[in-house]
Amino acid sequence: MLQIEDLHVNYGGIRALKGVSIEVGEKEIVSLLGSNGAGKSTTIRAISGLVSAQSGDIRFEGKSIKGLAPHKIQRLGLVHIPEGRKVFANLTIRENLMMGAYYVREKSRLSKLFDGVYEMFPVLESRSQQLAGTLSGGEQQMLAIGRALMSQPRLLMMDEPSLGLAPLVAADVFRIIEKIRIEGVTIFLIEQNANAALRIADYAFLLENGVISLEGPGYELLMNPKVRQAYLGGVTEET
Amino acid sequence: MDYSFALQQLVYGLTVGCLYGLLAIGYTMVYGVLRLINFAHGDLLMVSAYAGFFGIVIFQIPWPVSFAGAIILTALLGILIDRGAYKPIRKSPRINALITAIGVSFLLENLGLVIIGGRPKSFPMPDVFAGSILLGAVNIPALSIWILVITLVLLAVCLVVVRKTRIGMAMRALSRDMETVMLMGVDKDRVISFTFALGSALAAAGGIMWCMKYPAVEPFMGVIPGLKAFVAAVLGGIGNVTGAALGGLILGLAEVLIVAIEPDWSGYRDAVAFFLMIIILLTRPTGIMGEQLPD
Ligand SMILES: Nc1ncnc2c1ncn2[C@@H]1O[C@H](COP(=O)(O)OP(=O)(O)OP(=O)(O)O)[C@@H](O)[C@H]1O
Ligand SMILES: [Mg+2]
Repeated sequence: MLQIEDLHVNYGGIRALKGVSIEVGEKEIVSLLGSNGAGKSTTIRAISGLVSAQSGDIRFEGKSIKGLAPHKIQRLGLVHIPEGRKVFANLTIRENLMMGAYYVREKSRLSKLFDGVYEMFPVLESRSQQLAGTLSGGEQQMLAIGRALMSQPRLLMMDEPSLGLAPLVAADVFRIIEKIRIEGVTIFLIEQNANAALRIADYAFLLENGVISLEGPGYELLMNPKVRQAYLGGVTEET
Repeated sequence: MDYSFALQQLVYGLTVGCLYGLLAIGYTMVYGVLRLINFAHGDLLMVSAYAGFFGIVIFQIPWPVSFAGAIILTALLGILIDRGAYKPIRKSPRINALITAIGVSFLLENLGLVIIGGRPKSFPMPDVFAGSILLGAVNIPALSIWILVITLVLLAVCLVVVRKTRIGMAMRALSRDMETVMLMGVDKDRVISFTFALGSALAAAGGIMWCMKYPAVEPFMGVIPGLKAFVAAVLGGIGNVTGAALGGLILGLAEVLIVAIEPDWSGYRDAVAFFLMIIILLTRPTGIMGEQLPD
């Protein structure tokens, strides 16, 4: 569904990505892991058109999307939830969700989308008229996910959705991700929480200093000694 | 101080204040979405005044059509300025945009000078706006009532657009986070164009009313009102539409107050704005209605 081939991205003199190739298959959960500064966000930002790639290609459903404007890429169904949630703090929760469905004019379709999101996140409905800035970090993440779902994504890209959340809330987020996949949405998940991410991932990539150093099915990486050592703190027992 | 004299000054202050306010709204809206002080904004007042003047005097088009045409033309020019001058440097440092804005302002003024000439032209006033009402000893020009009503209506329209419509929602979102707006699939340039069109249309309406009040059209007529409107926008809290209107009114009233208190100071009227600006920047830099900036 999504193919990234030999992607190079530079920021001025800094080479952030040095030939990254990733493939995401339809209806899969694919994880991209890596430590701070590995280039995870750069990868996702290149896909959604926020940063431009020096070379390489990005194809979505067979067509190259490299060089397209971000809003055009989004409207193909490739929806990006940015790092740090980025809810519009000065808009109400309902308006935030509306932003996700900006071009949906049909009232009935819009209300169906709202119903779907409110069903998944009841807290958003009860507080729909409040400013998004009043939500807690966890609730803001739910709003960011809900807002992305309003766009009816075909492929949902999430940049560290569990960042800064308490373990229980983070667990909720991962449950929701699985639920979204069951509804038929492909997921490209960036995480530092390797344990949780690998558990739900069909396939995963490990990014180090701008290159993919390891890839394989989620459970395989979970068992990989190198991954355990570097990203799972060497913990061996299952939780 | 004489009671009716005070009221008379109040009427005058409100009228000028409304005009500053109308112009300030455009400043504030563009600043809100782009963080750009569009210094060419004041000159739009001049463009619309000329357009209205040519419509009525040269082409003999009925005034309502001329005025509507002038407003539409100015709105389109606002879009053109953004697309032509600001969009190509959207990603450059803010200072580049600021310098460009000053350049656009000079360009418009000098185009006016070259094409139309520097001699002030007298602006025709349609009969509906003429005349006045005598209330006791206070003389209220019909134009003042028109200006007040039109300003309030346009302010209300603006507030509804910004608060209740989809495009207004996008404008508010854009003012916080342009990147995430793009990630919503929204074409930000369309939202920006709309903002320029709306702000420019208000400036155009203000320009026409300005010319009926001070009926001399010349290429630099937008400079002082533009500066004052900028002060009004800062006063009200730049980025805030209601604040801009309020800032305009306060400025207008402050200007007449100074003359009312001491007629000899009338020469300093234009200094009031800048004095107020210094005070506000020292005491409350985010303006009367501006929110405290998070960053
Ligand atoms: N706008 C930028 N300008 C210059 N360098 C940048 C920019 N954005 C990222 N970088 C650099 O590119 C590299 C990769 O950054 P990136 O944000 O992709 O990492 P990341 O894997 O997402 O890290 P984190 O887990 O901290 O979010 C880093 O060295 C970073 O400093
Ligand atoms: Mg990152």
